[in-house]
Formats: sequence, C-alpha cells, structure tokens
Amino acid sequence: MSTLSAALPHLPILQVVVPLISAPICFLLQRAGLAWAFSTLVSWLAFATSVMLLRAVMADGTIHYEIGGWAAPWGIEYVIDAANAIVLVIVSGIGAAVSSYAPRSVLAEIPASQRGLYYTAYLLCLAGLLGVTITGDAFNVFVFLEITSLSSYVLVAAGAGLDRRALTAAYNYLVMGTVGATFFVIGVGLLYMVTGTLNIADLHERVPPLLDNRTVHVAFAFIVVGLGLKLALFPLHTWLPNAYTYAPSTGTAFLAATSTKVSVYVLLRFLFGVFAPTSGLMALTMDYVLLPLAVIGMMAATVAAIYQYNLKRLLAYSSVAQLGYMVLGFAYGSVDGLTAAVLHLFNHALMKGALFLALGCVMLRVGDVTMHGVRGLGRQMPWTMAAFVAGGLSLIGVPLTVGFISKWYLVGAALEDGRWWIAALILASSLLAVIYVWKVVEAAYLREPPAGRTVREAPLSMLVPTWILVLANIWFGVDAELTVSVARTAAMGLLGVAP
Amino acid sequence: MLELILAKYNYWIVIVLMMAGLYVVVARGNLVKKIIGLNVFQTSVFLLYISMGKVAGGTAPILTGKDEVFSNPIPHVLILTAIVVGIATTALGLALVVRIREAYSTIEEDEIDEAESLDMTADLAERRR
Amino acid sequence: MNPSFLLAATLLLPLIGTLFIALTGSRANLREAVTLVTAGLLAVIVYSLLQDVLAGARPAATLVEVVPGLPLALEIEPLGMLFACIASGLWIVNSLYSIGYMRGNHEHKQTRFYMCFAIAIASAMGIAFAGNMFTLFIFYEVLTLSTYPLVAHKETAEARQGARIYLGLLIGTSIGFQMVAIIWTWLAAGTLDFAAGGILRGKVDPAVLPFLLALYMFGIGKAALMPFHRWLPSAMVAPTPVSALLHAVAVVKAGVFTVLKVVVYVFGVDLLAETGASQWLIGVASFTLIAASLVAMTKDNLKARLAYSTISQLSYIVLGAALATSYGVLGGALHIATHALGKITLFMCAGAIYVATHKTEISEMDGLGRRMPFTYGAFLVGALSIIGLPPLAGVWSKWYLAMGAVETGLWAVVAVYMISSLLNVAYLIPVVARGFFKPSAEPVPQSVGAAAAPAAGGLQEAPLLCVLPPCLTAAGCVVLFFYADAVVALLRPLVQ
Repeated sequence: MSTLSAALPHLPILQVVVPLISAPICFLLQRAGLAWAFSTLVSWLAFATSVMLLRAVMADGTIHYEIGGWAAPWGIEYVIDAANAIVLVIVSGIGAAVSSYAPRSVLAEIPASQRGLYYTAYLLCLAGLLGVTITGDAFNVFVFLEITSLSSYVLVAAGAGLDRRALTAAYNYLVMGTVGATFFVIGVGLLYMVTGTLNIADLHERVPPLLDNRTVHVAFAFIVVGLGLKLALFPLHTWLPNAYTYAPSTGTAFLAATSTKVSVYVLLRFLFGVFAPTSGLMALTMDYVLLPLAVIGMMAATVAAIYQYNLKRLLAYSSVAQLGYMVLGFAYGSVDGLTAAVLHLFNHALMKGALFLALGCVMLRVGDVTMHGVRGLGRQMPWTMAAFVAGGLSLIGVPLTVGFISKWYLVGAALEDGRWWIAALILASSLLAVIYVWKVVEAAYLREPPAGRTVREAPLSMLVPTWILVLANIWFGVDAELTVSVARTAAMGLLGVAP
Repeated sequence: MLELILAKYNYWIVIVLMMAGLYVVVARGNLVKKIIGLNVFQTSVFLLYISMGKVAGGTAPILTGKDEVFSNPIPHVLILTAIVVGIATTALGLALVVRIREAYSTIEEDEIDEAESLDMTADLAERRR
Repeated sequence: MNPSFLLAATLLLPLIGTLFIALTGSRANLREAVTLVTAGLLAVIVYSLLQDVLAGARPAATLVEVVPGLPLALEIEPLGMLFACIASGLWIVNSLYSIGYMRGNHEHKQTRFYMCFAIAIASAMGIAFAGNMFTLFIFYEVLTLSTYPLVAHKETAEARQGARIYLGLLIGTSIGFQMVAIIWTWLAAGTLDFAAGGILRGKVDPAVLPFLLALYMFGIGKAALMPFHRWLPSAMVAPTPVSALLHAVAVVKAGVFTVLKVVVYVFGVDLLAETGASQWLIGVASFTLIAASLVAMTKDNLKARLAYSTISQLSYIVLGAALATSYGVLGGALHIATHALGKITLFMCAGAIYVATHKTEISEMDGLGRRMPFTYGAFLVGALSIIGLPPLAGVWSKWYLAMGAVETGLWAVVAVYMISSLLNVAYLIPVVARGFFKPSAEPVPQSVGAAAAPAAGGLQEAPLLCVLPPCLTAAGCVVLFFYADAVVALLRPLVQ
C-alpha cells in the first residue's frame, strides 16, 4: 500500500514508462501466451493509471510533472489537462479491450514465430501513443510520434501472413508517415528558431505575439500538413484504407480507434495550444482550408465507403469521413465546436473499436470479411453481428448511442455558428452512412448463408471485449454527462476560456 | 542578391537536399531508392537544426571555467535523437523491402502494382464463385 | 401503485415481454401466451393511468439525464394518454389476430416477429408519454428501427426493397429535417420540454417560423405528408398484422401524434394562429389529402388502396393541426382514435381475405362477400366509419375538423374535407359492393390451400382468430360513436 501511495505522484511518468519498459521484457518472454498475458496486464495497468489521472485532473485541474526534476524550459515536462487526460483514457482503454481480445485472433492470423514480436510492437505502439498525448514538449511529441509510427508499420505488416498486400500497405504507410513526421519536425524546428523554446506552454506565450512573422507562418504550414498526413486528413488519407484493410484484425482495431485520434489531438494542441490564431492568415487557413477539406473528406469518403466490398476497407473509408467530422468541429474554432470534436474523438474510438473487433470475430470464424463473407451471419453468429449492427447504428448516429451525442453537438455547434450548409452536410453524410451500414445488415440478416457453410459463434474471449465496447457505446449514449463535461472542460482549456 | 544567397547558404543547402529527397521519393519506382530519398530528405532537416544552433565564433559547449561564447547544444542533441529515429525508419523500411521482394519477387513499384491488381482480380473471381 | 412507477412500467413491460418471447421462442403456444399476457397487463396499467389522468393528475418520471438539460423524461398529458390507450388496447386485439394470421399462413421466424412487435409497442408508449421533444425523437427512431425487421419479414427481394425505402425515408427525414428542427428549437428556446402554449413564443423570429415548422412537418416522415409518403405503400410488403397495427395505428399515428404535439406544445396553437406560420401547411395537407385519395382509387391491390387511404386520412389530422384552432386540434386528436379503429378493421379484413383465399387484388374478390359475410360485414362497418356516417365513430372527428375549418372561415378547407369524404366512398364502397353483389368469377374451390378453414354451409371464412378481431374493432367503431364525448372530455384540457 505504501509503495502505491509513493507511486501516486509519479503516475504521469508511469503512464508512459511502464508500457515502454514492458516492450523489451515482452520481447524476452518469447512465448506467445506469456507475451499476451504480460501485454494485457500492462494495458490494464495503463488504463487504470489513465483513469486515475483523468479523475485527478477533473478534480484538481492541470497536472505538471517534471521529468527527472529538471525544471520546465530545460527539462521535459509532462502536462495533463482534461483534453489529453481523455485521450489517454481512450488509448489505454481501447488498448486494454483489444489486448484482452487478442489471443484467439492473433493465433489465427499471425504466424507462430511472430506472435511474441507482435505483442512487443503493440506495447511500443501503446507507449508511443500515450507519450505523444501526455508530453508537454514539442520535440518529445515528435520522438513519441515516431515510436508510435514505427511500431504501427510493424503492426500493419504483420498482416502479411494472410495477404501479401499488407507489406506494400505498410511500406506506403511508412513513406507517408515519415514524410509527415519530418514535416512536423521542420515546423517544430522553425518555431524553436523563432522562440528559443520547445515547451508547449512557453510556445503558447511566445508564438501568438509573432503571428505575423513569416517563419511562424511556414512553421504553421509544415505542422498542419505533417499532422494532416498522420491523421489522414483528406486528401492526405491515401495510406489509410490499405493499411487498415490488410493489418491483422487486432492491429486494425487498435490503430483505427487510437492512432489517428492521437494525431487529431496533437493537431488540436498545436492549433489552439500554440498558435491560437484569432485572425490573419492562420485563422483564414482554418476557414478556407481545413473546413472545406474536412467537409469534402467527410462526403467523399462516405461515398467511397458505400462502394466497398471488403468491410474493413469500408470501415476505413468511414474512418476518413469521421475524421472529417472531428476536424470540422475544431475548424469552427468555438467552444461548442471544440467540445463536439473532443466528444467525437472519444465516441468514434468506441464505435470503430467495437466494429473492428466484431469484424475480427468474423475473420476468425469465416475467414472472409467481405459482403459475401457476412451473408447469413445474422443467424450463424448472432452476437457478433448484433455487435456490428449496434456499432453501425452508432456510426449512423441513431439515438441512444454515442454517435447520436456526437451528431447532436456537431450539428448544434454548426447551427450556433450560423453555418447552415455545414449542418446540412453533416446530416447528409450520416444519411449516406445509413446506406453502407445497411448493406451489411441486409447481407447478414436478409440473405441466406453461402451453401454448405457452417460456422459457430465466436469464442467468449473475443465476444466479451467486443460487447464491452458495444455497451460502452450505449452507456455513453444514454448517459453522456461525464463525456460532455470532460469534453467541454477540455475545449475551454484549449481555448483558454475561463469556465 | 548574391550576398543574400551566400549569407544564408546553409538554408539553400537544406532546401536543395529537401527537394531532391522528396523528388526521389515521389518519382522513383524502386522501393530501395525511395528509402534513400527519404533519408536525404531527413538529412536536410538534420542540417537545418544543426546549422540553426551554430553561433558565429562559438565553441563547443564545454565548461572550462572561462567565459566563452558557445553554440547552442540543444538542437544538436535533438538531432541525435532524430538520427536514431531516421536509422530506425530506414532499417524498418529496408526490412519491409526485403519481405516485399520475397512476396512479390520484385521491388519495382509498377510490377508490384501489376501483381496487386492480379490479386484483386483473384478476389473478384472468388466473389463470383 | 405509484403513478411514476406505472409510467415507467408501460415502457419496461413490453421490453420484459420481449425477453420472455425470446426465451420461449421454441414453444409457440407459450410464446403467444407471453405476448397476450404482456398486452393484457399493459392495457391494465394504461387503464389505471387513464383514471389518474381523468382525475386531473399528470404523472411524470425522469429516467436518465442524457446530457445536462436533456433528460429522458416521461410525462402524461391527455393527447398522449389517448394515443397510449389506442395503441395498448388494439395491441391485444391485434395479437389475437397475429396468432391467427401467422399460423394460418405458416410464416417463418415468428419469434423475431413477436419480439419486434413488442419493442415497437414499447417505443409507441415512449412516444405517447414523452415529456420532451428529445425523448419523443429518441423513441420515434427506435420505433422506426424496431419495425424495419417486420417490414422486411418475408426476406424476398421485394421485401428488402420495400424495407429499404421504408427505412431510408423515415430515417432520412427524421435525421435530415426533424433533428435539425429539434436542435434549432433547443438552441433558440433553451429547453425541449413540452409546455402548454408552446416554448417558442418570442424566441424565434416570426419570419422564419414557417421554415422551422416545415423542418418539423417534413421531418416527421411518419405523418406521410407528400412528397415523403412513399414509405407507407412500401411498408405494405409486411405481413398484414404489421400493416394493421403498425401502419394503420402505431407508426402512422405516432407521426400525426408528433405533429399535434409539436403544434400544441412546442409552437403553441395561438402563436401559429397569430403569425400564420402554418398557412402553407394547409395547402400541402389539402393537396396530400385529395391526391392520395385519387391515387387510392387507381389501386387494385387492396392493401395498397388502404395504404393510400391512410395517407389521405393522416392529412386530415395534419390539416386539423395546421388550422391552428381549438376545434381543428380537437378534431385531429379525435381522428387519431376514430381512424385507428376504422383502419385496423379494414386491414384485418384484408388479411383475413388473404388467409382464406390468398387473394390480394380487388378485381379478383368478386362475390367473396357471400362466402365471408363476417369479414365483409366488418369491412363495411370500418369503411362507413372512415367515410364518416352515423352511427359510427368517424362522424365525430370529421365534424370537429369541419368545425375547425369553419372557425377560420376557410371554406375551401371545408370543401376539401367534403370532397375527400366523397372520394372515400368512391374507393372503399366498391370493395364491399363487388364482394356482395358481383357474381363470383370462379366456382367455389374445394380447398384453397391448407390455410382455408373447413367450409361450412357455404361459408369459407378465415380461422376464427382472423375473423373475430376485425368484428371486435368494428363493434368498437359503433361503441365509440356513443362514447365520443368521453374522449372529448379527456382531450378538452388540450385546448384550454
């Protein structure tokens, strides 16, 4: 007990260091079963840590943690406020759910020799994502971003056992991801050149007075484009559909629910926590570049999703569209818009997590996640398909699911701003989502299974984590008070508005 | 004009390297060459940081007890990290190329595209079956 | 018992019933018994709540606060009470009928059918007792989704197509228009609670009120205003009990009920009357009313004809609301009840004819009336009630609606009501007339499939459970004629 209380003040660093150190240990464990048990334990520990951090932040306000006792401008500082505390919970929560789900799926999809390594890569990815989120130092963001990216290239490539296209998907992801990260680091370097600091809080003080400085403009452009690549902002999303389609089911579920979300968070942090443009070139960029791209992405990707045959690819395009919603939310630049964006960040992670895990169950039993593969599964795998339908309804934004709460706030924020046409487009895109979700529903429930195929329901070890996420979808859709209040606190913190 | 170019020669080098690297990444079909392009591109950023930290007439930041002008060490340290990241990326990229070669028997982008469109046709055939 | 508890029970009971239906799915008799017991218990609860409401009580319950300021809340007011009484009462009759029909036709996946039915009833209760627009919207969507499997029940290409249109139009209009209207209302008024006299007075510029009203009216796709009416004929691919209870009573009435709720408790009748924001709606509703009647005359398929008739009758109610007078609202509310009884009778008769003879087209039904006198008798009573002849219930609602039109001095609307009644005669009476007076086109078949009951004395009625329910509701049309003042007394607080 005393060790626990001694550890409490150090939660911020433990949040990152525990998974980071666990990764090499996991590698040494070698045996897949052990590696799995260990990585799951670590994920749940990380989840517990992040929940404690969120509670602490909501109760007592922002936490500052100086690594190694080096004071902020020289040392690296971890800063946790409502905005990143919620992202930490998403990342570690999805991590815990996915890793609990993993063993059967990994057994089926990944060659024996690579399973231990797969869990190692997963832990590295988790550590990286948590690090990106928690750190208050701009260059540290880059380092963790690259830890995340390198390990996610590995996670994607691990799908090569099933389909060789996973390799080229990973390769393209690597090229695009590295270009994105390098752009980002150029931007950070330019900011350092102008301000002499890498601490995000200090940057927030020194950059806004310099908003007319040419170097700051260039830095802004590099950072936005670099992060745009990482978060798959349309039209920089081309790496995403293949990566999500060919990665192993567990990898896709984890990456889809977390990695782009973290990039969105970093973009949020830089836009509002560093540049905080209120007027001039950068504010115009929000209105005339980010907003239109978000809207076009939202519509184009939704339409693309309708024509997909492979369900993982379908959901991947839907992810691109949903990222459009998030960017849209913060492109308004208002508290309401930002609240909607943060809320959707959380909610979308729950939806996509549940949907991809359900597809993982289908992959395990049927080995085919296409429209053809899910035919007649409504009867053969009732729980799996029910989970998929629930996730799909959430994606559409049907009441009593988290998707509805997101839509409600997104549309509300658009109307509040008087942006009628955006509200109309958001709703149009949710209606198009009905089409692609319903194609799956019809195939699963209203068509007969292919002749001679008999499949059993997925094992409980996979169904339970899937359903935990589904129930979370419903729970936070019925009682959204917690998520809304956290999102609002986060939005106000990012915009520097007093509550 | 010439003075402007010469005075900021480090930036010109950075820009030339950056563009050359990006060009290789985009224009070359050979997967290994793309990785090399990526390397050149990253190197340009290393130079940007390092030259940024240099103070004219400054020495290495070593405590000698005397009052000396020294260069800013932080960008240099940062770039040490970035170099490590770059090496890791290169290693992973090349490893992927090895695996791609095993799977597709080629590392030329157009030939891989061709093989993948064959894969796609195979998927389609399976759908009809 | 505690009224708040009873109120929550109206929602929970059908859901618990759903669970038990699922558990007893393999034993058909037990499963049907669960349905009937649930329906019976629900009717008892609703009836006891009715006593409270008649005594002037307004039971309320808050289930959960979804986001700050937006609770899932239930509260009973007279209009909702009426709708709940109709839905729960007719559910019993319809359950009996479903048993007869589903067994008579050897339909597949009956467990799913009864489960979805119970969920649909639960959401109808949620709509009836919703305490704010947010709650109403949620249950409105649940109703759409829970009835989708019922429409797609047959799982044929045609059923899939019909269900697609059904879902697409209902979800499309509700998310595309209604949700915008609700969010707009929320932003403008700061509340979504239903309040007597409306919540929008002084909150929205009168110049844009008609636009907001349009978002609501077209957003409530279930009210089947043209041009968003196509889902209702599409839904006719469903088994007839679904068409009878859901697409003549629960779903469509949920639509017009929402229209009345919005007009009375969100906008406020007075506000609409003062600003004239609903003037355009009078035109649209009148057009739908006449056009749908004309289309109905061209339909040979009996269920399709009834569907268009429903579209037309729904517009009576919307028109009543659009008039923004107390008589119009009262007549609209009363028409919910009278049309429900009449139309469910007609649908159940159509289903009984189908079970007995497997005929769907009116032109094939010549002479059937003499073989199925009870079915055709009930059909005639239902038809006359919908036309609005005494001594049948339909006369009262038409009376009040016409009074409402007179009150505003819009004689053209009075004319619309009258012309439409004539059109009702033109498309409903021939069905009965052909059944009784035209000679049968074919000799009496010896046996018409396994579904036909044994012919006795020249009679060839459907099974008892298919014939009894329409006779009951037809009798209901007569009874309601004499007790209409009780319903009006219940509704009176609505317009005071």
